[in-house]
Amino acid sequence: MTTAVSSSSSLSSRAKTWWTILRISLEERFVYRGDFALGTLMRFLPIITQVFLWGAIFAASGNNAIQGYTANAVVAYYMLTMISRAFSSMPGLCSGIALQVRDGEIKKYLIQPIDLLGFLLITRVAHKLCYYAIAIIPFTLVFYLCRGFFENGWPEATVLVAYGLALTMGFLLGFFIEASLGLVSFWFLEVTSLVFVYNLLNFFLSGHMFPLDLLPEWANQMVRLLPFQYLAYFPAAVFLGRIEQDELWFGLGVEACWLLAFVVLSRVMLNRGIHRYSGFGG
Amino acid sequence: MAGYRPSYSRVFLTFARNSLVRDMSFRTNFILQSISTVSWTIMNIGFYLIVFQYTDSIGEDTGWGRDEFFVFLATTWIINSLVQTFFMPNAQQFSELIRSGNLDFALLKPIDTQFVISFPRVDWAALSNLFMGLTLLGYSLFQLTTRETNPLILDWRAVLMYPFYIACGTVIMYSVMITLASTSVWLGRNQTLYNFWFYITNFSRYPMEIYKVGWGMALWVFFTFLIPVLLVVNIPARIMAKPLNTMETHYWQLAGYSIFATLICLTVSRRIFVRALKSYRSASS
Repeated sequence: MTTAVSSSSSLSSRAKTWWTILRISLEERFVYRGDFALGTLMRFLPIITQVFLWGAIFAASGNNAIQGYTANAVVAYYMLTMISRAFSSMPGLCSGIALQVRDGEIKKYLIQPIDLLGFLLITRVAHKLCYYAIAIIPFTLVFYLCRGFFENGWPEATVLVAYGLALTMGFLLGFFIEASLGLVSFWFLEVTSLVFVYNLLNFFLSGHMFPLDLLPEWANQMVRLLPFQYLAYFPAAVFLGRIEQDELWFGLGVEACWLLAFVVLSRVMLNRGIHRYSGFGG
Repeated sequence: MAGYRPSYSRVFLTFARNSLVRDMSFRTNFILQSISTVSWTIMNIGFYLIVFQYTDSIGEDTGWGRDEFFVFLATTWIINSLVQTFFMPNAQQFSELIRSGNLDFALLKPIDTQFVISFPRVDWAALSNLFMGLTLLGYSLFQLTTRETNPLILDWRAVLMYPFYIACGTVIMYSVMITLASTSVWLGRNQTLYNFWFYITNFSRYPMEIYKVGWGMALWVFFTFLIPVLLVVNIPARIMAKPLNTMETHYWQLAGYSIFATLICLTVSRRIFVRALKSYRSASS
């Protein structure tokens, strides 16, 4: 009886801790809401140049479609990758972890009963929630104005569910990949160059720069074996209905496996890293 | 004291030397930064190589075929690398100086404030893109001049005008940047400077012909006459990549206008900068 009571009270106190963390982070984020909304709207500006660039490419190519993409579909694709990236990008996560390891702030997680990865994840969820709460306004506006680029309209319900799953897992995958990179700082203090290489590969291989289907067949095959595509290409392709029903669930399954792999990896790295870590001074 | 005039060239050389010494004390970082800048540009080529698998030119009958467009791309890199080497780190620092109140020290120096704000830091690593740009320029010009059908014959006038218009373009970019940076006096903080900069200059990265359809005309007018970033790369690239004797009259007019636009941009940005300084209130007590 006593154990039951204590365990339930510890559960509720733990939930309370997480809730407090979430609330504080939310409040922190809402301070710069004006900057946020404006910044998000600005982010769509490059889409304008993409509209004209691809318009010119299609006009000169003399084809209506390139690898199954019409000029409109390419623009729709770019817009959708903006959503994918809004979920999967983790600005400052990796460098933040590295900084905490370097300047010793990481000690607080060793002393306080808070799990580093859990804390960071909750903070990130708060960050993202807050971001969506504000960003939904410019996003809705831009998507409404640009609805003409979506030639097929809304996809059917199952596809939408898969899309939601792909985005959510994209968020988690992005988080755990970057967290693992950040944890490398237990071994190498400086991870800036590593982050850079990651961002570079990510930009190209995730499909953020162009639809991956445009790659030559051999390159396309190779890129599909990597986890990057789930951070931008895959959700967008799901929404555009470019992925067949049976492939859809298979793709989500593979994404889940990647996610699991990086969860385990980051856990192992954290444990090993903490054992290596030595903190000095106050 | 009244007749005192600092030697700007010597001050600039000292700035450049100090930055180089600083960059060289973190040599690995310098090399990594150079590699990273270069990798971005390589990725960029990758993207356009993919694009040119599906089309022969950017835009119908615009003459921007693969090699012509690579001259365009090289020009973009050359100008961007100049801006990033000499101005970008300083413009970012400027907002920080305003926020922290350290601008006081710059104001006190017996030298033009805009000069001392614009030049103290030279990011030598960003110069690696200049070499990438020159290499790509050399390669694509070689391709253009040695191709079998309709090879390009390099005109000495084009060779002279190219660096001149590169300089004009760099000055326009500098003016836009210093104007953006000056706004941090009123905004208190302008962390999104780089983003704004990227989004505005993003329009300059493509041949202007692509905007000349539908409502793109409005963009074309805006970015040619109001914020003339479209002239920055387009004019030198057009002069170099395609034969001069086929250059249309309106392009010549734009090239002439571009000189005028450069002067206007410089003057206007100077005025905005001076006005910004007048509104500056120091941050500390």
